[in-house]
Amino acid sequence: MGDLEKSYNVVLFLSVSHAIRAEKLLKACGIDCKLIPVPRHLSSDCGLCLRFPAGRANEVEKALRGILKDYTICEL
Amino acid sequence: MIYFDNAATSFPKPPCTLEAMVAFQKEVGGSPGRSGHRVSITAGQCIYEAREAISRLFNVPDPLRIVFTKNATESLNMALLGILKPGEHVITSGLEHNSVMRPLRFLENRGVRLTIIPTSPAGKLEPLAVKEAICPKTRMVVMTHASNVLGVKMPVGEVGEVLRPYPHVLFLVDAAQTAGSLPIDVRDMNIDLLAFTGHKSLFGPQGTGGLYIREGLEDEIDPLMRGGTGSRSEWEEQPAFMPDKFESGTPNTVGIAGLRAGVEFVLEESVDKIRKREEGLLEKFLVGLEELGDGVRLYGPRKKEDRIPVVSFNLPHLLPSAVAQMLDERWGIMCRPGLHCAPAAHLTAGTFPQGTVRFSFGYFNTDEEVEIALRALKEIINGRS
Repeated sequence: MGDLEKSYNVVLFLSVSHAIRAEKLLKACGIDCKLIPVPRHLSSDCGLCLRFPAGRANEVEKALRGILKDYTICEL
Repeated sequence: MIYFDNAATSFPKPPCTLEAMVAFQKEVGGSPGRSGHRVSITAGQCIYEAREAISRLFNVPDPLRIVFTKNATESLNMALLGILKPGEHVITSGLEHNSVMRPLRFLENRGVRLTIIPTSPAGKLEPLAVKEAICPKTRMVVMTHASNVLGVKMPVGEVGEVLRPYPHVLFLVDAAQTAGSLPIDVRDMNIDLLAFTGHKSLFGPQGTGGLYIREGLEDEIDPLMRGGTGSRSEWEEQPAFMPDKFESGTPNTVGIAGLRAGVEFVLEESVDKIRKREEGLLEKFLVGLEELGDGVRLYGPRKKEDRIPVVSFNLPHLLPSAVAQMLDERWGIMCRPGLHCAPAAHLTAGTFPQGTVRFSFGYFNTDEEVEIALRALKEIINGRS
């Protein structure tokens, strides 16, 4: 199944540095994720967000909580 | 060529520094945080990994507490001008570089009160004198970790301890001469702000430096500059979060790629191994200098344990500039004469305004180079007498 057919969620961050840090944290937890440009319908920000498979939101939340602040998990 | 000017900038750099810079510019070259494409992301990751390496070196818990600047001077200005307000009081030492003294004198003209704690002529500072200078208006203590003139190590850990009961007094440390060659632990030493340069003992290129900012402190610092950060582009107000608040404009990514490789080199070799190697060169030079006779005047402490490998001295009846010129022209030895941008330290040592000859050794110097330099100094003295 290609990327387009899979179901994903994204995490939005305050800044690109935060997104890059989060990518490292999620990968260390074995969560498959990818940095992508923030989709325009989610935010007017020109930075990056982190895409991950839908259904792993709880694990993502657990991995980031207390380490990064002000992130938002959204459906694509 | 024998290079003894590592306190000005380290030379040579380890090959990994140059390789990382070439690789970045040839294979990546993107602007970090400005676009979503892969080379922009890779550039952002490179900068983040530089923050991680520096955090490991200074025991910083969160890599996002590191702000990149172009040098230690910018970092010190950011902390001093960004925090101190008219009516507040700041304490410093009598050995500071102009990167601290000039912003402080500027602030003094704008109503910040300045106390300078004197040291002995050899540079010994009494930590309790700092405590005695604290008053209700004191906002900050700023001091160098080691003098770029006298080579004396300053009691940063002890001053950090003295300041523990005063959480409203911030501790800013200038680590330009020590980051990478002396152990620095911001938590253990109770440091709130650590200014460092990338191009000395961290083996990065010139044009790199940074500032560690303790968690929560970013709200109390006004940025020196405002502008594009790649984040929150819809806002016309500067972001308030780390590190973007203090990193406006496209960074020196190729330089930071080199700095990251330099810091990883330091971590791999270990600060302890680097320090011991430099201490060996220092000891050899101090012993040799003493053997040159009474006419040679050494400034700063006599024991190597109290020093970094920066040695100021004068030869009898010779101006520092003349000695440096002879060393360069006749022996190919690069050193630095004069005041070293630190008139306060020369006033303390009694060498103002003529200054001193300064040798500063680095990790890549050899025992043989020290021996050649000692023979050269002997010839200069004998030629003179």
